[in-house]
This record gives sequence, C-alpha cells and structure tokens, in this order.
Amino acid sequence: MTTSVAAPTRPSPAARRLRPERSLPAAPGPAVGSRPAGPLPDPSDWTFELLAEYHEKIRATASRFALDTYPNQLEVITAEQMMDAYASVGMPVNYRHWSYGKEFIANERSYRRGQMGLAYEIVINSNPCISYLMEENTTAMQALVIAHAAYGHNSFFKGNYLFRLWTDASSIIDYLVYARNYIAECEEKHGMGAVEDVLDSCHALQSYGVDRYHRPSKISLAEERTRREDRLAYAQAQVNDIWRTLPKRPDRADDIAEQKRFPSEPQENLLYFIEKNAPLLEPWQREIVRIVRKVAQYFYPQRQTQVMNEGWATFWHYTLLNTLYDEGHLTDGLMIEWLKSHTNVIYQPPVGHPAYSGLNPYALGFAMYTDIRRICEQPTDEDREFFPQLAGTPWLPAVHHAMRNFKDESFIGQYLSPKVIRDLRLFAIVDDEHEEQLRVSAIHDGAGYRHLREALSHQYDLGNREPDIQVWSVNLRGDRSLTLRHTRHHNRPLHDGAQEVLKHVARLWGFGVNLESVDAYGDVTTHWSATASELVST
Amino acid sequence: MLQQIIDRRLAGKNKSIGNRERFLRRYRGQLQEAVRRAVDQRGIRDIERGEDIHLPKRDINEPAFRHGAGGARELVHPGNQEYVRGDHIERPQGGSGRGSGQGQAADSGEGEDDFVFHLTKEEFMQIFFDDLALPRLARTQLAETPETKSHRAGFSNAGTPSNLSVIRSMRGAIGRRVAIGAGSRAELAELEARLAASVLAAEPLDALVRDELVARIDALRLRLRKIPYLDPIDLRYRNRVRVPVPTAKAVMFCLMDVSGSMDEARKDLAKRFFILLYLFLTRHYDKIDLVFIRHHTQAQEVDEENFFRARETGGTVVSSALVLMEEIIRERYAPGEWNIYGAQASDGDNWHHDSGRCRELLTQSLLPKCRYFAYVQVAEEEQNLWEEYARLQEVERHFAMRKVTQAAQIYPVFRDLFKSEGAIA
Repeated sequence: MTTSVAAPTRPSPAARRLRPERSLPAAPGPAVGSRPAGPLPDPSDWTFELLAEYHEKIRATASRFALDTYPNQLEVITAEQMMDAYASVGMPVNYRHWSYGKEFIANERSYRRGQMGLAYEIVINSNPCISYLMEENTTAMQALVIAHAAYGHNSFFKGNYLFRLWTDASSIIDYLVYARNYIAECEEKHGMGAVEDVLDSCHALQSYGVDRYHRPSKISLAEERTRREDRLAYAQAQVNDIWRTLPKRPDRADDIAEQKRFPSEPQENLLYFIEKNAPLLEPWQREIVRIVRKVAQYFYPQRQTQVMNEGWATFWHYTLLNTLYDEGHLTDGLMIEWLKSHTNVIYQPPVGHPAYSGLNPYALGFAMYTDIRRICEQPTDEDREFFPQLAGTPWLPAVHHAMRNFKDESFIGQYLSPKVIRDLRLFAIVDDEHEEQLRVSAIHDGAGYRHLREALSHQYDLGNREPDIQVWSVNLRGDRSLTLRHTRHHNRPLHDGAQEVLKHVARLWGFGVNLESVDAYGDVTTHWSATASELVST
Repeated sequence: MLQQIIDRRLAGKNKSIGNRERFLRRYRGQLQEAVRRAVDQRGIRDIERGEDIHLPKRDINEPAFRHGAGGARELVHPGNQEYVRGDHIERPQGGSGRGSGQGQAADSGEGEDDFVFHLTKEEFMQIFFDDLALPRLARTQLAETPETKSHRAGFSNAGTPSNLSVIRSMRGAIGRRVAIGAGSRAELAELEARLAASVLAAEPLDALVRDELVARIDALRLRLRKIPYLDPIDLRYRNRVRVPVPTAKAVMFCLMDVSGSMDEARKDLAKRFFILLYLFLTRHYDKIDLVFIRHHTQAQEVDEENFFRARETGGTVVSSALVLMEEIIRERYAPGEWNIYGAQASDGDNWHHDSGRCRELLTQSLLPKCRYFAYVQVAEEEQNLWEEYARLQEVERHFAMRKVTQAAQIYPVFRDLFKSEGAIA
C-alpha cells in the first residue's frame, strides 16, 4: 500500500490571520537552576503556602513546554459549592431556573449516596481563567488539578481555534451577571411563571440557538447595557415591519411579493430567527431568547471539543508532573497517589462491561496525544505510512498544532492512529433498520483502520448527533404559521419528543408551527403541528 | 504568588437554593400528593421529618429534538473481543435501553424510573400545612394585632418636652460652647498677656497700639459672651420605640375518652389528630402549653405518656372532662392572656343523660373562652353526643366536628377543619 494519506488540514486562512502561529520551540526548554536538594513536602493535608509552591513549579515547567495560558485564578471551594457550580452548568453565576434546581437535587442525591464522586475540579473559560480546587483534595490531587485545569484546559481555551472564534473569555462572567440580573428583574416585573415559560421554551431549543458558521461579535457588558434599549426598540420595529398589513394595491408588484419566500433561505439558528421575527413576543421576552442563545453559543465549542480538550489536559498533567518528578521535585508517594486517579480517569471499560457508557473522552484524547508524541519520537514503518508529515518531526510543535486547529471530528479524522485503534480494540457496528441483525463493519485490522477512523470522526460530528432542523418558511399572508423542516440523515427519524418541543416553538412564535420530516428523496414523510395555546402556562 | 490562590470556602454556599425553590414551586401539585400519601403511612412520632419524594421521570423531562430509533447508523465501540468484519450480531432486545450503542445518545433512553429527591423537614411541613390557616376568628386577634412594648432606645434630637433629657442637653451645650469659643478664647488670652506684659515692661506701648489692643480684647470678650448658653441644637430627648412582643401564648387542651369502648385503633386515630393539631399550632405560636385530660366516668389531668398509653375500663361521662377543662382554665389560663384551643376525641359513646349537659357546658362556659374547639368522633354510629353537638355546630362558628374512621381520613378531615377561608381547597 502506498502513502495515500491526506495531508493534515492546514489551518484556514481566517484562523491564521486571527492568530499568527507563534514560533514554537522544537523541544521543551531546559530546567532552570540546579537539581533541588530534595522533593517538595507531600503531607496529605495541603496548605496555601504549599499549594503556591507547587503552583510555581508547575507554572515554570509549563512555560518550558510553551503552554500559553490566560492568567490563572485558583479558588478553593467546598463540596457543597462544587455542587452549586455543577448545577449552574459549571459557571460561577447563572440565571435562576428550575432545571438547574433539578440538576442540583439529582447531583446532591447521588453524591450523598456515594454513587458519584465529585469532579476534582471545574475550570471556566474566562479571562482570568478560574479553576476550582475542592477543599477535600489531598496535596497530590491539588497538584494534579492545577496541572490539569490551570495549564491543560486553560491553554486549550486560549489556543484552540473554535474557542478563539466563538467565545470571548474576558466578557463571559460579566455577561452572565447581566443575564442573571436581567432575568431576576423580569421575574419581578412580569412574574416568575411568565419568565419560566419563556425560559422553558428557549431551553427546549437550546441546541438550535447557535450560529454554526457566522462568527458572533464580541460585546462587553457596558456596551451590552447601553445597546439593549436601542436594540429592543429597533427589533420591535423590525418585527412590526414584516407583519405590516398595508392596504392592498391591485397591481402586479403585490403578486410578486406574495410569492417571495420568507425567510429567503432556510435558517439554522431557530432561536435567532424567533428573536428577530416572532410577531407577538414582548421586548423583554426577546431579550431572554437572546440570553439563552448567547449562553448556548458560548458552550458550543465545548460540545465540539470534548475529546480534544480532556485529552489535552490529561496529556499535560501527565507530562508536567512526570517532568517534575524526573527533575527531583516530587516524592514517590505523591506520584503513586495521582497516578492512581489518573489511571481511573483514563480507564475505558470494554463494550458489554456494566460500567460501559460509550467511549471515554479522557481515554481516547489522552491516547491520541500520547501517540502523536510517540509517532514523532519513535516512528514505526506503519506510522511513516499513515503519518508521513509527523514521523520523526519535533513533537512539541506537532501536539500544539493538533490542539490549535481542530475540533473532535477533524482531530479524530486526522490523528487517530492504527496503534490507538489497536490499543482500544475499536470496532464499528452498523445498525440499519432494514437489516435483521447488527453487522460488524470494521475491526482493528489493516482493512479497518481507515474505516474506523472515518466512522468515529462522524460519530463526533455534532451535525450527525443532532437532528438537522431548520426554519423553512413562514406563511406571511395566511395564518402566519411557521414551518420547520427536518432533513433526515441516514434516514434516522426524530424522537417522539418532537411534538413536545414543537409546542414550545409555538409558544414562542405565537402562532401555529409545523414540522416536516424530509427523507433523502426530498419527500415529506412525517408531519407534526402545534398551535400556540397548547402549553399551559405555569 | 499567594494571591493567585483564593479561598472561597466561606463565600456563600447554597447558591442553588433559588433554583431549588423554583423546582419545588413547579412540581407543587405532585409534591402535595406525595406528602399526603406519606402522612397516611407515617407513625405519629415521626411525622415531623423530611420525606423522599418520587416524581415520574417523564414529568420532569425537558424536551429537545433528538433522534429516535430507526434509520441507519454506525457506532464505534472499544474492547472488541471476538468479532471480525462481517459478523452479524443479534439485535439486543429491550428497545432503546440496550447496553451498547448508547454512547452518543446517552440521555435519549427514556427509563420510567422515578426522579427521587429528599424534601427537608421544613419543606415537608410547609407543604403539609400549605393553605391551612387558623379560622378567621382567631387569626384576627392574633397575627394582625401583635402586642408591642415600649423600649428605651437612646436619645433623639426631636421629641416632646416631657421627654427632655436635661443632663444630655446640658452636656451637649457645654461641649458646643467649648468648641465654638476655643479660638476666640485662645486669642483673648494671648492679647491680655501682651497687655499685661506691656504694663510691666520698661518701655510702655505706643498709645495707638495700646488702644487697638484694648478694642480687640473688648470685641473678643463680647463675642464670647454672645455664645448662647443653650441652643436648640443642644436639646436631647429620651427616645422610646415600640417593639412587638410575641404575645403568642397558646394552650391546647386534649380531651380523650379512655373508656372500655375506646380500643387501641380508635385511640390511635385520636392520637394522630392531636398530633396534627399540635404541629399545626406550633407553626403559629412560639410557645404552647399542652393539657391532657382523659376521662371515663371521671376526668383527670395526666402527662402525655399516660394520656396515650393507659387504658381504663368502665362507662363514660363526657361532661366530667369539660368541667375539668373549665376549672383548669379558670385556675391557670386566663382567656385574656392565652389563646385556648380545645380538641376532643371520643367514640361518641356517652351516658345518655350527660350529652345535653355537655352541650350546655360548651355553649355557656367553654366556647366563649376558646379560639376554636374541634370534636372528632372516631366511630361511625351517631349517638346522642353527636346529635347534641350537631345542634351546637349550627350556631357556634368556632366549633367544628367531624367523623374519622380510618387513618387515611385524618389528614383530609384536618385540612377540612382548618382550610384557610377564601381559599377553598
């Protein structure tokens, strides 16, 4: 077999312009100063002074590996506070909603019963980057968390192109504070029930509140506030304009207008479309739609880079702590302790195991970054065939490149190596409703590597995971109903819950809403509809 | 380096409490139902604790567009043991809940498990007594006219002359005079010293300078004299504020028939009713006295233990208990100071000449002193006591009576007796 592997996708021109790749050192920098007389102390109870010492060592090492991070802010919190943070999707502040209460109750219960350990850390993509260290952690675990979150995740947030394009780390906390206050204000003015109705409906459409291709503009809190009033007034005027019923003039221009579709092209961002065009929403309701949409947009990159992000952080806590150990800063006991949790974190139960719930992103990501380094340092013939551009090159720029310019889908498509496939013993199963049985389409052998890589890459494509639903048309002249269209991918139908979601869409839209499911031939196969008054207000 | 690590442990926890409240508010209907069920099954002693609440998962589901079963898809799994390409595997049974293949759609499998969570004791009691209230009669006299007591609260600069605090006012005046006159007095002392020095000195001052000095001294003396001895801003008045004092003293009389016909099951019903009433009253009053009176042919005041445990035999004379209650009120609980509640439980069995007397006792001496008097009959058949009381109920608004024959009825009956007026459940 000859080398017919595609070259790695180069970063797009846009990404390049955004961030000229800094010249990365080919190898990590040398250790500063002489070898220490002895390792850092490792009592199981940490102190602030000790944490600061560990932090300083880790920071110095990370900079030798060219990890570029936002300033770090480490915060020590209790288990209860950790659960609070869980409940508000990991953010230090968020608006109030019953679903977060539900989340909190569920977490608290499983924590109390010992079914679930709390995460050792939560890290927030903000500038400065906030990492939560849990009080209960031992010194070893705190060191692990600092390396993992404050240098691994943090450098990913700062470096990865999706985060650079889509999120604004410096303003997110401000925006959430604004959102929380605004929603609290609305609750006071319009009643909890009314606000909850809007939020419920928006949450149902959360995954459809993101721009997949347009880049959102960055807005600071101050601007946001001053622009809000103008925007609300303007948006309201715009909406009215669409719905204006001018007295009809019997000329031909009118007929043409009647045939014009609205929207002229299908729209993928349902919440944006509703915010701008729903005829009956009050200004404050539009603003709430906007808030939910903005928050969803902020989390959009995280949903697309789970494997990469966790793999990157895991790779670096492993590399940094091992480097520190090799240079004599860490004790054996501390190493054994964090390696134990490290092993738990990257454990991948095999299919059929009671603990199996899909691929573990930590395991897959860690294996892939580690393997990129191996391919660079000790390439085999197989690697030279699959990764000619990597084999034998300096590893540090290679892993940085892999972190910066990909998302899970493309990262796996580009870097999943035969060795990782073999190590994880990956295999693919086709589940086709037209076949009696499931079929094994590829396993970890020579014939299967490329197929598996492609299949796994598709599996991480958000476009595959979520049904493709777009705004199709609005009946401007008739009953003002909104039509959504679901385009079936591999003929996979919608879940029965669609009817429920549709009721929420109808509540926001204010008039009837239809949903058509279209198969590969363009024929409408299934049809749902909901009217505006189907949901009982709370 | 130290400032990079921030200790947030003392910054408030329970940030999610608002979210939890919203959650409880949303599922209030289901919660009330669950609490009702829980109360029916509970023993009395442990009624005042939290409860695990089960909500069906589909009720609290948040809808979202998802893929359903069907179509074609390919999933990659780890840990292959036995398969080679082209192998066929039986489709696992059990619909969407299959072990493999759920990797990407982990939360689309809809189990019918319940969402379980724990209501705290406070939340439980809150829902338990939701929309119950003391009958209006009692409420107007209690909650809305709290007693206040006058307390000293320092001094203020406004008030009536009778509250004038002379000492404070004078002290302020001295301070003011000292402060205002300080500059002038210092200058005066200096000028006088210069004058005196010039008299003693060999070379007397120039007459012009001397006159000027004397004029200045006179002016200063005049200014100092003009500082008012007492100024309106010096006046201080003793300040008093009225603080509400908890008047809420209540006494609850529990009257129970312990004659031979009251078996354990019936006593248990009565017990549950008393406990409910007690819990309910503790939510309205800080301090509650309990008086237990048990009776057969004679009444006696006992402690709680004996009240619920001991069993007597013999006939029944209900009025004996009422007479005893009246005596105790007269001795220990003046109706002007105490909110008096009566609860009576009996199987309705009474010496037939006695029932009329019971009604008279209630109308004439007890009901006028009570906030509320509830009678619960723990047996089905209506005997003469029930009939007499039924006549009473028609005329007295703060007298109520109900029949309870099963434990499950206790709570509805209780709610019925205390439902808040205007909000008919």
